[in-house]
Amino acid sequence: MFHYTRWTALREVLLWIVALIFLLPFYFLISTALKSDAEVFSTNPVAPPSAMELGNFAEVFTATGQSNILLGLLNSVIITGGSILGLVVLGSLAGYVIARSTRRWSKVAYYLFLVAITLPTQLGTVPLYIGARTLGLTGSPWGMIVLYTGMLLPLSIFLYAGFFRGLGIAYEEAAVMDGATPTQVFFLIVLPLMAPATGTVAILAGLIVWNDFFTPLIFLAGSGAQTLPVAMYFYVGSLVSQWNQIFAIVIVSMIPIIAFYLFAQKKFMQGFAGGLKN
Amino acid sequence: MTASTHRGDRSLAAGQRPATPRAGTPGRPPRPRRPRPLIAFGHWWWALPAIIAVTAIHYAATAAGGFFAFTDWSGIGSFEFIGWDNFTRILADPVQLGALRNTLLIAFGSVVLTNVIGLGLALALNRGLKTRYVLRVLLFMPVVLSPLAVSYIWKFIFEYNGPLNQFLGALGLTSLQKAWLADPTWSIWVILVVVVWQNTGIAMVIYLANLASVDPGIEEAAALDGAGVMQRFRHITLPSIRPAIAISTTLGLINGFRVFDQIMALTGGGPAGATETLATEVYKETFSLGNFGYGAALALMLTVIILVFAIVQQRVTRDRSKEGQ
Repeated sequence: MFHYTRWTALREVLLWIVALIFLLPFYFLISTALKSDAEVFSTNPVAPPSAMELGNFAEVFTATGQSNILLGLLNSVIITGGSILGLVVLGSLAGYVIARSTRRWSKVAYYLFLVAITLPTQLGTVPLYIGARTLGLTGSPWGMIVLYTGMLLPLSIFLYAGFFRGLGIAYEEAAVMDGATPTQVFFLIVLPLMAPATGTVAILAGLIVWNDFFTPLIFLAGSGAQTLPVAMYFYVGSLVSQWNQIFAIVIVSMIPIIAFYLFAQKKFMQGFAGGLKN
Repeated sequence: MTASTHRGDRSLAAGQRPATPRAGTPGRPPRPRRPRPLIAFGHWWWALPAIIAVTAIHYAATAAGGFFAFTDWSGIGSFEFIGWDNFTRILADPVQLGALRNTLLIAFGSVVLTNVIGLGLALALNRGLKTRYVLRVLLFMPVVLSPLAVSYIWKFIFEYNGPLNQFLGALGLTSLQKAWLADPTWSIWVILVVVVWQNTGIAMVIYLANLASVDPGIEEAAALDGAGVMQRFRHITLPSIRPAIAISTTLGLINGFRVFDQIMALTGGGPAGATETLATEVYKETFSLGNFGYGAALALMLTVIILVFAIVQQRVTRDRSKEGQ
């Protein structure tokens, strides 16, 4: 039934047309970023650039202060990397004992994390801000790492607990029979097995942290430690309809994540599709 | 966000069964059940840092926010407990009512559109096409981008001198040309378009994952028995993708209620408050205007709305999936 027929070929062509229309915004993005100032104001916005104008990109890297894109990139890398590390370490330990324990407290803890996932962050933002300010955690990448780790731990624990439940205990039992302590079992047996779950946690949580705009806008306000989206926001805010320059910074901000996505696209889609089935 | 709800849904269902979670792994001979394992796995205190962090950052902060919703605190100095005053003021303020309406419009509008389009794409890309993997990668791409960056691209498209109006002009539809984002009627729909464009890929991959587990043999058999395309979709495909519908709509709804970045980048809430949502109003009241109490009351409303819809959705979809099996 599912042979490749003329009808399938037609369907394929139609879908490519749909996909090209769907991706049309990327054409505008790239073609406009390559236009000169004169051209962007005078010509048709749909027309391709007459010459490749790379000056807009050079301009992006000269911005200083809050719109310093290189500093933003560095901060985003530090904050995202640190948060992933915290989420993997704390999330896997907690997810493991919660999945393995048959005691009542583990079920209570599980629901504690479950409900926290649906709880929107807005209501807690102000008290959190005041708390963080009191503890001196605002305005620094380290404070952001602590904050994100706490904010996204429920998601991380959830993914790990689900993974460990599906893992089965045969390996661990065998190790215990051979005299391994619980700590040895976790670090020598479980840790090497949990790579798929760790990948999903890193991708989902990493993407949330990397693209987040609201939290750094508030918690890093006024400091020199802005992240990439916030630096882009301030850079764009200083321009008026200079779409060539706006799009240059938009492209620069997109390059790291698109490169990473193309490198690990299967894992990205699996993560969003609910995870750890494969 | 995202995949978590999916896992949660399944784990919840599993947790309700009388068996212990790790018993009954498929494909393994049944082991004799013990009431409590003789060996210990890990130490309970390994979960302690996570429990403390989540209790503080999620629960304590939210509870404190809920408390300030009933005060007139400005963020500094003293405050008075004022009961339901903030809420009465919200419900009497046309801007906040508009924000509430916009929040619901974006949440429900985006859920319906992303799921219809996402399901359509998933069905088209499920099997058969030679280039289906490339197409999936391309159509999913907007999901990984920052909503802020995506919004800037669309802001250009909807500019008065932008590509959309050029296109309408080329078709001779000059009467339809307008400053989309400056138009109080149209601007909220522009935001909806941007949200849908970015999130359709999520729905698509959720449906694709579900469709991959559906046996093509059943559909094949039905086709041999003379069932048409629509009949096969209604009686075979639709019942088997109910889990995906449940997950995808719940996720979409929760994310739809929180839309913030797109509005800040596209309109900033304007023109004249026409695109404000509860999330943008919370930000403005608390962080721009210093009305912490009032902002907290708005945030509490948003929280209650999200929790109510999350619970209703769980109930509705769980019952339906039982009925479908």
